Amino acid sequence: MSFLSGVPVPAWPLAAPGELAAPADDGPGNPWFSWRYVHDNAGEILSALQFHAGLTARAVIIALIVALPLAVVSYWWRPLTGPILALSGVLYTIPSLALLALVAPAVGTTSDTSVLIALVLYALLVLTRNSLAGLTQVPAEVRDAAAGMGYGRLGRLWRIELPLALPGILTGLRLATVSTVALVTVGSLIGKGGLGEMILGGFRNNFYKAEIMTGTLLCVGLALVLDLALAGVGRLLTPWTRERSS
Amino acid sequence: MNYFQEGFVWLNDPLNWTNPGGLFDRLQEHLLISLWAVLLGCAIGWPLGIWLGHRGRGGGAVLTFANLTLAIPTLALLTILPLTPLGFGQPPVVVALAVFAVPPLLANAYTGLRQIDPETREAARGMGLSGGQLLRRVELPLSVPYLAAGLRTAAVQVVATAALAAFVNGGGLGEIISAGFGIGMSNGGGGQIVAGGIVVALLALLVEAVLAGVQRLVTPAALRTDRHRRPTAAAPAG
Repeated sequence: MSFLSGVPVPAWPLAAPGELAAPADDGPGNPWFSWRYVHDNAGEILSALQFHAGLTARAVIIALIVALPLAVVSYWWRPLTGPILALSGVLYTIPSLALLALVAPAVGTTSDTSVLIALVLYALLVLTRNSLAGLTQVPAEVRDAAAGMGYGRLGRLWRIELPLALPGILTGLRLATVSTVALVTVGSLIGKGGLGEMILGGFRNNFYKAEIMTGTLLCVGLALVLDLALAGVGRLLTPWTRERSS
Repeated sequence: MNYFQEGFVWLNDPLNWTNPGGLFDRLQEHLLISLWAVLLGCAIGWPLGIWLGHRGRGGGAVLTFANLTLAIPTLALLTILPLTPLGFGQPPVVVALAVFAVPPLLANAYTGLRQIDPETREAARGMGLSGGQLLRRVELPLSVPYLAAGLRTAAVQVVATAALAAFVNGGGLGEIISAGFGIGMSNGGGGQIVAGGIVVALLALLVEAVLAGVQRLVTPAALRTDRHRRPTAAAPAG
């Protein structure tokens, strides 16, 4: 089994073109990775990657724009915390495929809007929960001190509480980004899955392992790169946490 | 709303439930796949998590593993595993789902053992309990709520993710949805798609509710808190 062998292996004489590939033991003719595949299909691979990254970015940004006010609202009016978290928890429990199946017929399958809606709804819970956790762990003394210095509610939120909640918000952002990258693949249901299209396409195209593996590796790689990038941004934005931990 | 009406009409037809490949068949497949996946996940996640928690090390590795699996699309494992010696059919689906069930089970078992007050542990040691006795009589009973929380998260996630098995013809309720897309949205498939979505969503919510009850039952009154325990590795069905 040539798992991840970098060299394109010459076609196996038995695997004649057009012959149905036997999935389990067709090793040499259908390698798990082939540079030739990557080279020959660079354009498609890049556009799938671009679509995937773009959809992830749009979903996470929209979710953040919705989640932050929700977290602030439930931070200011505590009775709202339960309902807001419960509602987003219910949305979170609904399987992605089911959500997509419910949204897609109503919104239409020609654009990626329905996938975007599903992704935003999923990212919402993680972001709201973590932002709220970040806000509530601001020490009471700090809030009192800020109030004593004459900060109003908005000023305190903007200058004191949100910056102190940044670690929590960033943790949520990283979790949401990584899981969104993986979730985009479910969009393949309506043909808007980005790299998921490659994974599923390879499976349907006579179990073309190189295509499946390339899509998978790019997907995991994209998630890790975005995660590291956000971690870096977090370190830059919250220098005080670094000093405390060292 | 048109599609929703069609969906309810579809659900109202008894034949859609009793036909071969109808809802009952698919539901049975779905639950069976999920059951095996959760059992397999428990068989791996719990002993490992309990052992690591008992020894008190490996926390970083547990967290890294849990975060790493978050980045792997379920679809990728579902398509890759059938091409390995596991072969086609349900075994690769069960294994793929179990892979995603392990992190919550593992992380919660680990947390459950680590959150025990060190003084409790020292008192047990002082009473002369050996390592094994400490584990059986003190640590395990005290971490039952966490084990239950992990089971709940893992089971809900597996039931939700099992719908994706339809992408690779692995059976389960997802087949209803993909069959609807096969018929075509405008040819009456829309109703079936929505109906499948409703059933899958209701099943996930039902499992969540039942297991939340179980979690509450096995948690001693003294340990009950109102706050939700969400484990580190709760991931949507990706």
